[in-house]
Amino acid sequence: MNRSRIFALAGATLLILAAGSFAQDVESLRGATELVDAPRLPTLKRWEPDQQPIARDFVQQPPLVPHSIDSYSIDLRSNKCLTCHSWANYQEAGATKISQTHFADSEANVLANVAPRRYFCNQCHVPQMDTDPLVENTFEPVKAIQ
Amino acid sequence: MNQKNSPGILKRCWQILRSPTSRFSLGTLSSVGFIVGIMFWGGFNWAVELSNTETFCISCHEMEVNVYEEYKDTVHYNNRTGVRATCPDCHVPQEWHYKIMRKVVATGELFHHLAGSLSTPEKFEEKRLELAQSVWRSMERSDSRECRNCHDYDSMDFFNQQRRAVAGHIDGFDEGKTCIDCHKGIAHSLPAMYEVDPSAVVGNSGHN
Repeated sequence: MNRSRIFALAGATLLILAAGSFAQDVESLRGATELVDAPRLPTLKRWEPDQQPIARDFVQQPPLVPHSIDSYSIDLRSNKCLTCHSWANYQEAGATKISQTHFADSEANVLANVAPRRYFCNQCHVPQMDTDPLVENTFEPVKAIQ
Repeated sequence: MNQKNSPGILKRCWQILRSPTSRFSLGTLSSVGFIVGIMFWGGFNWAVELSNTETFCISCHEMEVNVYEEYKDTVHYNNRTGVRATCPDCHVPQEWHYKIMRKVVATGELFHHLAGSLSTPEKFEEKRLELAQSVWRSMERSDSRECRNCHDYDSMDFFNQQRRAVAGHIDGFDEGKTCIDCHKGIAHSLPAMYEVDPSAVVGNSGHN
């Protein structure tokens, strides 16, 4: 073997050894338990109860659901969310009305009722649990909407 | 042609029933009749209560696969305290006279089961709104009597209810509403509400 090849091989070995020394800090979602051991049960988290509307973190964010939606069902026959949030019902229910952006289909035609692609509210709007973020982050909203 | 030589079977039965016995005393007849009456009454009520169980209700297939499956996703089936409400708790009144009246109406349901009116999912979906409105109507007329078998408004602890519930209950009852006015869909899937609430449906973009 010539010299440059020996150096390349040595360098690669060193890199692998160095990377291996960092491997102890990497954990899977199971935690640091061995495969044969039973993992420690995580603490049960609860949905947040009814509260005031939650401020948005970025302008296009679908607003979070600030109340319990346990057993609220959306199926082809009826949409439980709309029984309070539709334009016909929101005033009596004291709820936020569904945005007019939800009346447009994918070709920007405005429809006479909620568009099919916006019908399943839970695809974008979610309630919150009282727990830590999955990944630590330093995200901040822009100053204009803080 | 009737010969009338010996009395007919009906006349003979009537004569047996109305002529006094020569063997048994009044006391014997009365007490035996009393005991048999108790047994009959108990047996009758036991049979009626057998038809007031969840097992009986879901023995009809159209109930088991449609409304029972929907009910399993709801709070009356599975909740924090494990206190359940099964089919008869909501659909059969507890007072005896209302209960018997409901059982008489139930013969119509028996007929429809035998006639196969709801024997397929498609047939059930077609009838869903009509069935739901019939139940809602009887609940409105009875001021949600079956709900009040367990839920007593005067015993509600508003401190433990959520924000929307407190407002809903106080305002609702002040307006004279009954439980079923707001809590439709609490146990079974809501029917297509086009006729009742046209805003809660999907728009049509004109394509097919």
